[in-house]
Amino acid sequence: MAEKTKKIKKPGWKELPEADLIIGGGTALEFKTGDWRSERPVHIPEKCINCLTCWAYCPDSAVIVKEGKVVGFNYDYCKGCGICMHECPVKGKAIKMVPERDAKTETRK
Amino acid sequence: MAKSNILARTGNEAMAEAMRQVNPDVVAAYPITPATEIVQIFASFVADGLVDTEFVPVESEHSAMSACIGAASAGGRVMTGTSSQGLALMAEMLYIAAGLRLPIVLSDVNRALSSPINIHCDHSDTMMVRDSGWIQIFSENAQEAYDNMVQAVKIAEAVKLPVVVTTDGFIISHGMERIEILDDAEVKKFIGDYKPEHYLLNFEKPITVGALDLTDYYFEHKRQEIEAMKASTPVIIAVGSEFGKKTGRSYGLFEKYKMEDAEAVMIAMGSTAGTAKVKIDELRAKGLKAGLLKPRVFRPFPKEEIADALKGAKAVAVMDRSDSMNAQEGPLCLEVKAALYDKAANKPVLNYVYGLGGREIKPEDIGTVFDDLFEASKGKEKPGVSYLGVRE
Ligand code: SF4
Ligand code: SF4
Repeated sequence: MAEKTKKIKKPGWKELPEADLIIGGGTALEFKTGDWRSERPVHIPEKCINCLTCWAYCPDSAVIVKEGKVVGFNYDYCKGCGICMHECPVKGKAIKMVPERDAKTETRK
Repeated sequence: MAKSNILARTGNEAMAEAMRQVNPDVVAAYPITPATEIVQIFASFVADGLVDTEFVPVESEHSAMSACIGAASAGGRVMTGTSSQGLALMAEMLYIAAGLRLPIVLSDVNRALSSPINIHCDHSDTMMVRDSGWIQIFSENAQEAYDNMVQAVKIAEAVKLPVVVTTDGFIISHGMERIEILDDAEVKKFIGDYKPEHYLLNFEKPITVGALDLTDYYFEHKRQEIEAMKASTPVIIAVGSEFGKKTGRSYGLFEKYKMEDAEAVMIAMGSTAGTAKVKIDELRAKGLKAGLLKPRVFRPFPKEEIADALKGAKAVAVMDRSDSMNAQEGPLCLEVKAALYDKAANKPVLNYVYGLGGREIKPEDIGTVFDDLFEASKGKEKPGVSYLGVRE
């Protein structure tokens, strides 16, 4: 899901649109904000009742839902605020926050 | 040449008249002495249906410039006016207007900055925002105020930079003069329609304005702005000469008055240039080689051109109607010296800080400066900076 971000050569001042303009609509999609994250949400499907509270509360629309069920998070945009976990009504929580440094092993589990 | 109409107008009335003829889409303004009349008269033009402008009365100058920025981003032709503390309160937004490359035209009536509180002319307000990215054009009288306002619209839109046109508080703003103005239709033809390439209300081509620009893009955008400022010089010259063809009053980056063989040269901006011309005529009648260089465009600063124009001068006096509070020279003198340094032109440059808070400057005062200059040109040592007209 998360595309490999390639190193791209940034445009010089002569190539950039003038006046700090971003030309075209829907360009926020191209700006990946997930790299600020220090913790990431990890979904625990066994505990989840699919109430979709997390989906409704996520300020970044980063909770991925397929056919009415939470299937994971879009880590390109999820900035690790933890709101989804905080709002999850299930006792013991169906989402846990994992430090990024441990994330690789945790998400593989 | 186009027909001209002769009127009696104060500087403020002349600027309002230019705004009426430009008929901008939006004017957002807040009153301040001595610039109040400009927007007050303009508001009556709106009330009387003489213009199609949306007039936005706001609660401060900060809001005035903010509303101007919004309206210009939306795609409108936008103008406003202010002075002194008002310009200071706008300062934050002035940088934003320039950074967003919005061709807003602002009339600023030069007035001292507090403290101490004062409502009279000096150039500290305009100098305070000299590095904000606005093109700055100074006027000597009401005629130039009108002419510069009309040209400013065309310049701003051609180079995508905001322009501030200044007059001197009370001296020009409230002094009535004979001025010549063009017919409304001629002004309309001269400035043409405003067709921005990108604007927020263009739903066919959506844009984002004012996005966050951190370590990876800010420098490139500032570099573009610097280049736009440089590239405005030939545009300002072209617009000035096109205006000249229509009116018989041509404009460049600065005016040279009796400079051909001048040995003692004064550099002065705004209304003081008029006073200097009177004195220079007297000196010339006595056979003394005095001349005046009157910068019209302070930003972009025409450094090469000014250094070239000073080639023949033996001594130069730079008149600063503000001080940089840097324990060195005033802002105009610093620019002139830097320009001369680049040409390795080493000659006496005397700086006179004068007229702060509206302190009068008379032909006699100008005369004492020329006395100094003639002595300096003969090798006599003179103080680098003098405070002309202050009580010791
Ligand atoms: S941590 Fe915040 S941004 Fe990430 S999915 Fe949860 S609510 Fe959304
Ligand atoms: S809020 Fe908790 S229980 Fe509800 S869908 Fe999200 S993870 Fe599942």
